[in-house]
Amino acid sequence: MTDRPIWSQVTLSVNGDERTLELDNRTTLLDALREHLDLTGTKKGCDHGQCGACTVLLDGERVNSCLLLAVMADGHEVRTIEGIAELGQASGDDPSERELHPVQRAFLDHDGLQCGYCTPGQICSAVGMLGEAQRGWPSRVTSDLHAGLAGADALDPEEVAERMSGNLCRCGAYVGIVDAILAAAGAPARDAADRSGDPSRA
Amino acid sequence: MRALSYERAADPRAAQRAVASEPDTMFLAGGTNLVDLMKLGVHRPDRLIDITGLGLDAIEHRADGSVLIGATVRNSALAADPGIRERFPMLSQSLLAGASGQLRNMATTAGNLLQRTRCVYFQDTSKPCNKREPGSGCSALQGAHRDLALLGTSEECVASHPSDMAVALAALDARVLVQRADGTAEVPQSLDSLYREPGDDPSHDTTLQPGDLIIAVELPAPPVGARMAYRKVRDRWSYAFALVSVAALVVADEDGRLREVRVALGGVASRPWRARKAEALLAGARPDPAADAVRAAVLSEFDRARPLPDNAFKAELAADTAAAVVSDLLWP
Repeated sequence: MTDRPIWSQVTLSVNGDERTLELDNRTTLLDALREHLDLTGTKKGCDHGQCGACTVLLDGERVNSCLLLAVMADGHEVRTIEGIAELGQASGDDPSERELHPVQRAFLDHDGLQCGYCTPGQICSAVGMLGEAQRGWPSRVTSDLHAGLAGADALDPEEVAERMSGNLCRCGAYVGIVDAILAAAGAPARDAADRSGDPSRA
Repeated sequence: MRALSYERAADPRAAQRAVASEPDTMFLAGGTNLVDLMKLGVHRPDRLIDITGLGLDAIEHRADGSVLIGATVRNSALAADPGIRERFPMLSQSLLAGASGQLRNMATTAGNLLQRTRCVYFQDTSKPCNKREPGSGCSALQGAHRDLALLGTSEECVASHPSDMAVALAALDARVLVQRADGTAEVPQSLDSLYREPGDDPSHDTTLQPGDLIIAVELPAPPVGARMAYRKVRDRWSYAFALVSVAALVVADEDGRLREVRVALGGVASRPWRARKAEALLAGARPDPAADAVRAAVLSEFDRARPLPDNAFKAELAADTAAAVVSDLLWP
């Protein structure tokens, strides 16, 4: 090791606010959010990119914040669960009158959680995923790979399960999670007869 | 994790010189595998050079039908690219079968090629592993090796290569463009020559020298009339590494005779495995609808396998999967 700096000044846009931190280069984005910015809504699950609890949006795309060094995100925009409600709402709104993001609302309406630990990651992942679906990105289960998906409202339970497979829920709230995301997407609800469907596929 | 310096490369040559001259300096791209291995203490760099700002992130569809994929194109962007989906569907299929949506948004083309094995002993610094610590022994031979390789292995190492994408690239005859650290000309190389088998030196997965930089992957235009598919078999419906995967490309005459057939296997070998023996047996053949000829040909690929008690089943699983894929391509 020479005398190269092991600390960096890192400037992030976090939920719309510019934040500058002096960080040891080893600091993950997850730890920077939780321990340096007190944004503890983003959860540390496995810390190895296997569970999705740490999912945030980086420049609008969902990523695992545990596998990004904060310094890699220098100059970029981060959106965490604390700032999800603001997405899509006019800036300058009275914070007390702000409404939940439609995905947050749908998780409440459809019992998309039990203990709640995975929920911030599930919601951030779902917001990112709906953007991907709206752009027509296919998934492994999309019937016509070339045509892609017709939009977020074309999602079905199998598509949601596949696209959300990077987010684990140890309580097994998958049935509610899938229903919530379908509702937020404006996609048809799962058939009543199908509601007991195999949650292990979610 | 060891204290480290971080910089964003502005000039590839300078970055390459740094990596070539300092053993603990590494390139960093998406970080999905490297940062994890740093946390585990498997890789212990003291200097990271981030190459994601070098402008190697374009997908160029050329007039001759070939495609140039930049080294730092994200896996999600590559999978979603309309031209890739239309003309190289097995590449999109392989990417979409790998990892998760979040990881695909981070992971890059070159990083995917150079990811390390997920052998649990390689990732556990408390255990012997010849790939991580040459000469220390192989814990997998007597231990958990169900996910590991039976082709291209040695007594020193039975690690499997974890990439899905690389299996499809092998079947597409992709070439990797490497800028050499010593400044010599870029030479496109096949995946066969990029990867090496462990032999008595499992520590090196590839033939790259320190400081060599992958700058792109080139896809030749697929053969006229080619049909192709990637299929992955695993323990979990999604978000799991392959037990076995198959990338197959066929060109068939009207009468069903195979004018060209390519089969690449994942999950079973130390590197993405072109089943060239099986291909030679099948070239010019006219498979029956049950695809028994395909099954037999791919099974013969395993004549030179070194099966272990808990992964021997993968030879038959690979043969069955390949037969099913080729059958679906020929008789959809």
